[in-house]
Amino acid sequence: MIGKSTAHSVVEASAVSRALSGTVVVLYALITITPLLWIFLTSFKTPSDSVAYPPKVLSEPTVEGYCNLFTFHSRQDPDYIAHLPPPTGRCDLLARSRGMVIAGASKTPGRLVNSVVIGFGSTFLSVFLGTLAAYAFSRFRVPGKDDLLFFILSTRFMPPIAVAIPIYLMYRQLGLLDTAVGMILLYTAVNVSLAVWLLKGFIDEIPREYEEAALVDGYTRIQAFIKTVLPQAATGIAATAVFCLIFAWNEYAFAVLLTSGTAQTMPPFIPFIIGEGGQDWPAVAAATTLFVVPILCFTILLRKQLLRGITFGAVRK
Amino acid sequence: MAQVTDASVPSSARSGPMTRSGGMSDRAIAWLFISPTILLLLAINVFPLIWTVHMSLTNYKANMGWMKYKSVGIGNYRDILTDSDLWEAMQTTAHFVFWSIVSEVVLGFGLALLINRKFRGHSFWTTIILLPMMLSPAVVGNFWTFLFQPQIGLFNYVVSFFSGIDPASFQMIGDVKLAPWSIVLVDVWMWTPYVMLICLAGLRSIPDYIYEAAEVDRASAWRRFRSVTLPMVMPFLMLAVLFRGIENFKMFDMVNLLTNGGPGSLTETVSITLKRAAFEKWQTGWSSALAIILFLTVFGAANIYIKALNRVKQR
Repeated sequence: MIGKSTAHSVVEASAVSRALSGTVVVLYALITITPLLWIFLTSFKTPSDSVAYPPKVLSEPTVEGYCNLFTFHSRQDPDYIAHLPPPTGRCDLLARSRGMVIAGASKTPGRLVNSVVIGFGSTFLSVFLGTLAAYAFSRFRVPGKDDLLFFILSTRFMPPIAVAIPIYLMYRQLGLLDTAVGMILLYTAVNVSLAVWLLKGFIDEIPREYEEAALVDGYTRIQAFIKTVLPQAATGIAATAVFCLIFAWNEYAFAVLLTSGTAQTMPPFIPFIIGEGGQDWPAVAAATTLFVVPILCFTILLRKQLLRGITFGAVRK
Repeated sequence: MAQVTDASVPSSARSGPMTRSGGMSDRAIAWLFISPTILLLLAINVFPLIWTVHMSLTNYKANMGWMKYKSVGIGNYRDILTDSDLWEAMQTTAHFVFWSIVSEVVLGFGLALLINRKFRGHSFWTTIILLPMMLSPAVVGNFWTFLFQPQIGLFNYVVSFFSGIDPASFQMIGDVKLAPWSIVLVDVWMWTPYVMLICLAGLRSIPDYIYEAAEVDRASAWRRFRSVTLPMVMPFLMLAVLFRGIENFKMFDMVNLLTNGGPGSLTETVSITLKRAAFEKWQTGWSSALAIILFLTVFGAANIYIKALNRVKQR
């Protein structure tokens, strides 16, 4: 064996090289984060500031982008506006300063609700089905287990556009086009493969002794599953749920092909936020900011589980 | 398995280990738990796939459902494999897949080596670097069109700030030469952290004593890298390359919103060709055949990927 001091010099980097690596990584991180910060800043700019040249880093912050995102407005002549009752809020005031009046709420709240309903609905369903299947695969001798697990994971690699054609036809036949139920079922089918693989890894790590003790105590299999396995798998289930939620939240290809109105989610909606004469960038940036913030929070919370999620449970960290 | 067996059950149910009386047999529970997942996948993945195979042998057009369609045999497949536009789309896809993966591997592996030196604050900065890969590719594609705006976009400004090139002299999305690189650039921005994360897991799986042994042998730093680090990280790197290869081969959302295949059909990847044929030209039969070809390609690659995954798992 070798002395600790020699080992130290090889495995641990020297102070200088560590500082140098740190600088390079921080530099990369700053470059990588710039586009996101830029979108965030743009969401608080006026339309003209958002396309100014040279780009304005800091400008008088305004919530106009957020107002435009959530309201419809129409241009009116100044005479008409002058005779209106006093503005009721900041958005009203901003609209009038541009010669517009607010004509009502925009489609944005509905699209956000769709994203939340479809995201949470499919997450719940995939985690529910995934937990059951993962438990069975982890604890019982299932004939053809490896083939079934392979089949389940392989469905995740299907190109969405390739399966979208028959699903479109099938949904048209069943009346599921542009419905939340249809989208929930579809996202569940995509997510359940990840859920099974991830949860099987988590459940494999729970010692069987607990269940066996419960069985000896007179519980049935299902009671033992509910009373001993579920509580211990709670962290794994929560992590899996977040991964499923992120997928459903971000999904675009199916959403754009199978929904057009009532069940449309945010990703196909955001690119079509337009103002007078083209895209209203502050409003698009506002929508992007609102859309992305929950994901950023989850990523920061989940950074420890992240690797398991993206390698389908194969690599632990 | 150490279940408590009940000897009094009928022999027909004794095929699997049994729980105590009153509960269902383990085999029944296993099927009860697994079958909903399998049924869902059969209904939403396998059945549509079989339907696609059927349609791919016809000249069906989904927007004219009332019309009688007829079987054309393997005609669609023959058309596709001899279609020069499609081969162009394949080349576009190959260019995109190749250059994005090469850049991601170089950057991601490099970053992982640096982060593995555990400088102060490394976990905070790692988390910052991870953020892009968690976002919606469609939303990313959309806001990069803003950064790539000709003349006024932030990207053009930054490039001209550091290089002195006139910001109005080039367009990332509209230019024939630059557009294929714009999709590579955004993909690299988004997915380098993925490769980095997997490489980092590979680096952390190398036990210290191997490096210590290499030190005893007076191996140079380069030699240590070549004969210890690289081979040990290789299976992980393979995993990252395979997964990104599959994902980028079927890439649709980001490219659709960033360039929508343009200018012309210069950045039209295979998925975009498929979307145009299926949902704009409504050539359902032809596009079903293309879908099957794509599916078989991806399925083959996924097969290798899952094998690699299991190999990494066994380490």
